Amino acid sequence: MGKKFEFSKLFINLLFTVLSLVVILPFLLVIAVSLTDEKSLTHNGYQFIPESFSLDAYRYLLDAPDILLRAYGVTFTVTIIGALAGLLLTAMTAYVISRQDYRYNRATTFYVFFTMLFSGGLVPSYILITQYLHLKDSLLALILPILLSPFNIMVMKGFMSKIPLEIIESAKIDGAREFRIFFRIILPLSTPALATLGLLISFTYWNEWFNAMLYIDDPNKVPLQLLLVRTLNSIEFLTTNSEFTGQLGIDLSSFPNSSARMAIAVLAGGPMLVIFPFFQRFFVKGLTVGSLKG
Amino acid sequence: MLVVQSLGHRQTAAAKEGKEGALVMLNKVPLAEQRASSGAPPGTRRRTWIGRELHHFKNNRELFLLSLPGLLYKLIFAYIPMIGLIIAFKNYRYDLGIFGSKWVGLDNFRYLFTTDTAWRITRNTVLYNTAYIVVGTSAALLLAILMNEIKAKWSKFYQTALFLPHFLSWVLVGYVAYAFLNHSDGFINRTLESFGLNPVSWYQDAGPWPVILILVQLWKVVGFNTLIYFAGIIGINSEYYEAARIDGATKRQMAFKITIPLMAPIIIIMLILSIGNMFRGDFGLHYFIPNNSGFLYGSTDIIDTYVYRALREVGNVSMSAATGFYQSVVGLVLVLTANGIVRKVDPDNSLW
Repeated sequence: MGKKFEFSKLFINLLFTVLSLVVILPFLLVIAVSLTDEKSLTHNGYQFIPESFSLDAYRYLLDAPDILLRAYGVTFTVTIIGALAGLLLTAMTAYVISRQDYRYNRATTFYVFFTMLFSGGLVPSYILITQYLHLKDSLLALILPILLSPFNIMVMKGFMSKIPLEIIESAKIDGAREFRIFFRIILPLSTPALATLGLLISFTYWNEWFNAMLYIDDPNKVPLQLLLVRTLNSIEFLTTNSEFTGQLGIDLSSFPNSSARMAIAVLAGGPMLVIFPFFQRFFVKGLTVGSLKG
Repeated sequence: MLVVQSLGHRQTAAAKEGKEGALVMLNKVPLAEQRASSGAPPGTRRRTWIGRELHHFKNNRELFLLSLPGLLYKLIFAYIPMIGLIIAFKNYRYDLGIFGSKWVGLDNFRYLFTTDTAWRITRNTVLYNTAYIVVGTSAALLLAILMNEIKAKWSKFYQTALFLPHFLSWVLVGYVAYAFLNHSDGFINRTLESFGLNPVSWYQDAGPWPVILILVQLWKVVGFNTLIYFAGIIGINSEYYEAARIDGATKRQMAFKITIPLMAPIIIIMLILSIGNMFRGDFGLHYFIPNNSGFLYGSTDIIDTYVYRALREVGNVSMSAATGFYQSVVGLVLVLTANGIVRKVDPDNSLW
């Protein structure tokens, strides 16, 4: 019995090892291709172990770092502003909903929640933002459409509902008004939930490409993910970008197309892939920190 | 008078605060205004309904102001676009605007449903979502149960590895897929060639795409879902397992007789709720992994990608709006139905 037991454990470990490899190997293929010499790529195809190792792709990309740096700048700006504004707005709305003694509690909950069930869809939002708010090619078009998610409000509300009403009551007795209570008492008490949601919102902004695809044409305002979208659609995006090639001042025929494509994926996606896993538990916690009904 | 009234209510609490608290209280008039709606003061009884509501509003106005930015935001970005749904019944022209464009009745819908487009994208959306739910849930559940059997030290490592794709955007997953599927140099074709088999034009052959999409989706989400279910299993009272062990139950028996039955309510609710989302496809998965290749639309195109293309690539705004309208309305019906079912089966887990 005991031996059979150990055997099944070994089998499970083996299964998970294989699965982990299956999950991780595709990442390694992308990195390997980005580090392979272009001639070797056309000759041998994409391989996990480069036949001839080369840093050319990175050299080309980093020789003219402007396009990448600007994309990082746009993404950073959008992420930071979006996360801070979104977090504050989420907390304010969630706090009001979490107050059982608020007269319009149920109405507000319904008002917020209904947008989760029904929406105007893509076209009306697109027309609103481009034709009426005139936000085309504005960073606001990247920030505003996903600023306040009903789901995050519900998570936050679930957390805030657990703050004892006595704390709020006694603050009122001391003469504090609602705004003061919210900013001085509720927000500091909600730090764990704020941290979790702040991370989730930042993550959403960092990986956002849909609104960029819809609203950004100006090359100066292209965020990282949109840069990736355009390079995926055609690697020529890099070589036809006159600014980029102008800076390079090189013979385009020697541009390492395939490896550069993968190198830009590594440069754009790599750093966060190293940083986010440290916060992995928060990503799961975000789902469990508050239940929908609270 | 109001102040006195509320003072009466607060007397006990004030006593706890001591003399100082009570003094502060007397100086603060707004306290009365912050009193919640419960129990209107007797003086208000004679007022009209509107007067009473105004009075309540005054009492709640600070909290209302706190929620106002959120309410306005939702008004502009969620409720006003709903008015725009009328575009589905118009021949929209950018120069004429929403209200200036001509009404065309149901023409857009007639066109949508007489071509096979509507059928194709509806079928694809529903079938893919069903497949993702069935495959994703069973795989994640199985892995979570297995993960519970091994030492925490090891499972931590596996968790991190399996979770990694969650941090990628679909665009980046598109790069990963491209590295494998690229026709001339891709890993799969080169491997096929080395075995003497013919390479496949992956981005032109619609046949294998259902399998590819399901595998890629599984690759990206299985780690996340496993951790969700794993957290649920860890939450099960360990006494059940101890009792079963004493009774000589095998691991498999414990999984089928304890873990799965106890997880069943969550799983069933998750399943029913995902029925509500049946009409919402995963745009990123279906746009970037097939690299928006026209050859593949037959087996990869879903409502979301069709709406996007009609708007941005074809420029047929009205058609796009009509499809979006169809998606929104059927989606709402499905959510309401799904929640209705949950409420019948298990009221505690319904959304409202």
